[in-house]
Amino acid sequence: MGRKLLLEHINVPGINTFDVYRSKGGYASVEKALKTMSPEEIVEEVKKSGLRGRGGAGFPTGMKWSFLAKPEGVERYLVCNADESEPGTFKDRYLMTYIPHLLIEGMIVASFALGAKTSYIYVRGEMMPQIRILERAIAEAKAKGFLGKNILGSGYDLELYVQPGGGAYICGEETALLESLEGKRGNPRIKPPFPAIAGLYGCPTVVNNVESIAAVVPIINEGGEEYSKLGIGRSTGTKLISAGGNVKKPGVYEIDLGLPVEEFLYSDEYCGGIANGKRLKAVVAGGSSVPILPANLFLKTINNEPRLMSYESLSDGGFVSGTMMGSGGFIAYDEDQCIVRNTWNFTRFYHHESCGQCSPCREGTGWMEKVLHRLEHGHGRMSDMDLLVDVSKKIEGNTICPLGDAAAWPVASAIRHFRDEFEWHVTHGAEAVTRNFGLAHYADPLPKPEVLA
Amino acid sequence: MKVTIDGIPVEVEPGTSILNAARQIGGDIVPPAMCYYSKLEGSGGKCRTCLVKVTKGSEKDPRPMPKLVASCRTGVMDGMEVQNITSPEVIEARKGIVEMLLINHPLDCPVCDQAGECHLQDLGFEHGAAKTRYEFDRRTFERIDIGDKIQLHMTRCILCYRCVFTADQITNTRLHGILNRGDHSEISTYISKAVDNDFSGNVIDVCPVGALTDKTFRFKNRVWFTKPVQAHRDCDKCCGKTTLWYKGEDVIRVTGRKDVYGEVEEFICNTCRFDKKKTADWVIEGPSKVSHKSVISSNHYEFTPLPVVKTNPVLLEANKEQFERDTRL
Amino acid sequence: MLRVEDAQVSVEFSPELLNKMADTVTRYPEGKQKSALLPILHYVQAEFGWVSPNAMDQVAAFLKIQPIEVYEVATFYTMYLLRPSGKYVLEVCRTGPCGVVGADKIMDHIEKTLGVPEGTVTPDGLFSWRGVECLAACGFGPVLQIGPEYTFYENLTEASVDKLIGDLRKGIKE
Repeated sequence: MGRKLLLEHINVPGINTFDVYRSKGGYASVEKALKTMSPEEIVEEVKKSGLRGRGGAGFPTGMKWSFLAKPEGVERYLVCNADESEPGTFKDRYLMTYIPHLLIEGMIVASFALGAKTSYIYVRGEMMPQIRILERAIAEAKAKGFLGKNILGSGYDLELYVQPGGGAYICGEETALLESLEGKRGNPRIKPPFPAIAGLYGCPTVVNNVESIAAVVPIINEGGEEYSKLGIGRSTGTKLISAGGNVKKPGVYEIDLGLPVEEFLYSDEYCGGIANGKRLKAVVAGGSSVPILPANLFLKTINNEPRLMSYESLSDGGFVSGTMMGSGGFIAYDEDQCIVRNTWNFTRFYHHESCGQCSPCREGTGWMEKVLHRLEHGHGRMSDMDLLVDVSKKIEGNTICPLGDAAAWPVASAIRHFRDEFEWHVTHGAEAVTRNFGLAHYADPLPKPEVLA
Repeated sequence: MKVTIDGIPVEVEPGTSILNAARQIGGDIVPPAMCYYSKLEGSGGKCRTCLVKVTKGSEKDPRPMPKLVASCRTGVMDGMEVQNITSPEVIEARKGIVEMLLINHPLDCPVCDQAGECHLQDLGFEHGAAKTRYEFDRRTFERIDIGDKIQLHMTRCILCYRCVFTADQITNTRLHGILNRGDHSEISTYISKAVDNDFSGNVIDVCPVGALTDKTFRFKNRVWFTKPVQAHRDCDKCCGKTTLWYKGEDVIRVTGRKDVYGEVEEFICNTCRFDKKKTADWVIEGPSKVSHKSVISSNHYEFTPLPVVKTNPVLLEANKEQFERDTRL
Repeated sequence: MLRVEDAQVSVEFSPELLNKMADTVTRYPEGKQKSALLPILHYVQAEFGWVSPNAMDQVAAFLKIQPIEVYEVATFYTMYLLRPSGKYVLEVCRTGPCGVVGADKIMDHIEKTLGVPEGTVTPDGLFSWRGVECLAACGFGPVLQIGPEYTFYENLTEASVDKLIGDLRKGIKE
């Protein structure tokens, strides 16, 4: 049983109200930070903790903070990225719904550390109920003197606002989010300059995911070093995993990084195995953008070592036989799921969400969707697989923002690992419309690696 | 700052982009640019045709950049080394970009007024494949008139955003913009509105393809049958320096003066562009320089003697007379 | 996309709406009032059921920006309804994880029950429905949401959809 740092009190009735949250030790980190620590010390603690951005890229948060430019007389901003839209990920919704004060507490500490006097939480527009929850929580915190002028008599002023999005996956990309916050179309900016130099309104800005901000609270309470003892290697601390798809018990779980994937998937404490007694066929481990893996390669690395839930272990084997931690959107597929259909579904999503600014992504995502649609509906050709791989390569790395990569990876990886299922869709076009390829050999034990004499 | 592009060193000012450094060298190593326009602030970065490989970041930090970068929006560093046409990776990526730009393009060059001076045509010719792998219906839009002098044929648009920047930066109001998103994006005014102000015609000049065309020139002639001539007039709104496009004795089109990269030297007003179509309105400076590669120069309006003529004084004289007769206005 | 008759609808902003708009602008620094555009468009949609060109023009005037800047934004984001819709717009998530647990069946069932295809309004003006991309509730799929409050309905079954539609017909909404 791992330690719960974020979700420890999640089941306490009324934890979404200020008083109950406070009685459970809430806002202690604000008191500690504002009364006893300097902003630099806070940044140092976060650096020590080894916390890596929980939004998907996994960039060290402390490092990101220390890059923030601090020119005299220029405002600095902290913006929380709550535009959670990655298919498979719903941890931020969960956190904001049930324990909104944790995010607000983290925002206060982080804003203080960065010297921001105004901070924004950019929440995707579809989460109107969560926006209302956050606004109520902010009002409560303000009434108790944790927001506004001269917080706890420290002389530090902070205003915190919630900004709704309008329905666009791309606004999860930090510069698109800033554009959107400025009231514009969510077109990602061309970097450099990075937000740390010129972000919101041209001022130095840090954009952090909800979970990263929330993790600042235990880091300050217990110290960065304590935090870094949890987890494994460079994957420190705990991580919220959103488990969905065909698992028996879907939901949000807080795990110590380094938990074996097999335990996460099959133990009753977490997912509880595959629903309806079926067998596992494939897993998308970190949200739709990361490469999909067949069951056998997911549970064990190519060297037959058990795979762990950590940044390093999940990406063991690179894109040939590994995947990525991403945002922790864990989707399990049982033996009745069709990988071609699923890949088409994801491609439709990226086609729908491409902002249309740069040509490879704008045109390429639509092209891939059309080819996959043809394959899924039994009109594909053998050459389509190579075409898809080629188109995905033409997109990958050539776009302004990572959406191009995110659209290319699921397609390339699905064809890499499930090519025979795609081919079956071509050779058995009529049959593929009525039934699925099934589990096939995707859960078979991996062959033993050859020992070279 | 010293930067080396495809092995050719050049000294440039700090803050120069890789593309502009390459343009200072000139020739084949200049990356193509469909969306960047040096006179429009904030343009570039979108079409991705100018991608290059940075093999050495700078003297201080010699690490190569992990991905190909858009040369129009990446600043040079001292000691930077860049590969454009010497990198197979860049050539391959560019081929991919051209393919992407063309999959939804109607390829209606035979009926497009831009043909002959179209950047996409040149790009496709130089970097594209002869066949397409795209087998689906292409995206189409209705043609619309934005104002009585400009036609928007969105089907041909490659979404370079240049016309949007032009309206923002050159004119006083912007009535058109990019609507919708992804591959449904379109240039539009949303509710039918006439884009009409003194400088609106410049959107025609900045458009790299035939999406925005001059209605007063529409279907009048193919550009390679016309002769560009530099001219100027006293104008109270703009610089008055233009290129007149002659067909016989008639001025059938007026545009800004474009440089070798297709960018206008200075923006001109609609009066010069649409209303002054008599030779008497203008002071003629002489024939425009057109690259020998351009289809426009196939009409031999410029005095470029063939080698055999060069060596024979009699032929040289006769050729000169012929040329003067042909180009007499 | 935009019909001529829709383009001509003119609307009047209520004092409450105007107050809310003025209040929202104060969240941003001086001169950055354009930031209020997305929230304001949500208020407008909540009040009128959709975002009409006339309403957008009024928003533009209020924020001191060009109308095209509002059109650009409203057409970029998928939540803004640019033509009149049903009183209740059922937005069903159709992406990956929801697809795995049966979103397609739910959409087919809604289409059959309401008797209108995606994106059209029922004759009584009460309902329209559409498939939308990931709503970030993947563990509770299939899900749908109904504006303007964006109430969520999780773990949908055909029976729970029938009950929901029945309740809405009777005017009951959670």
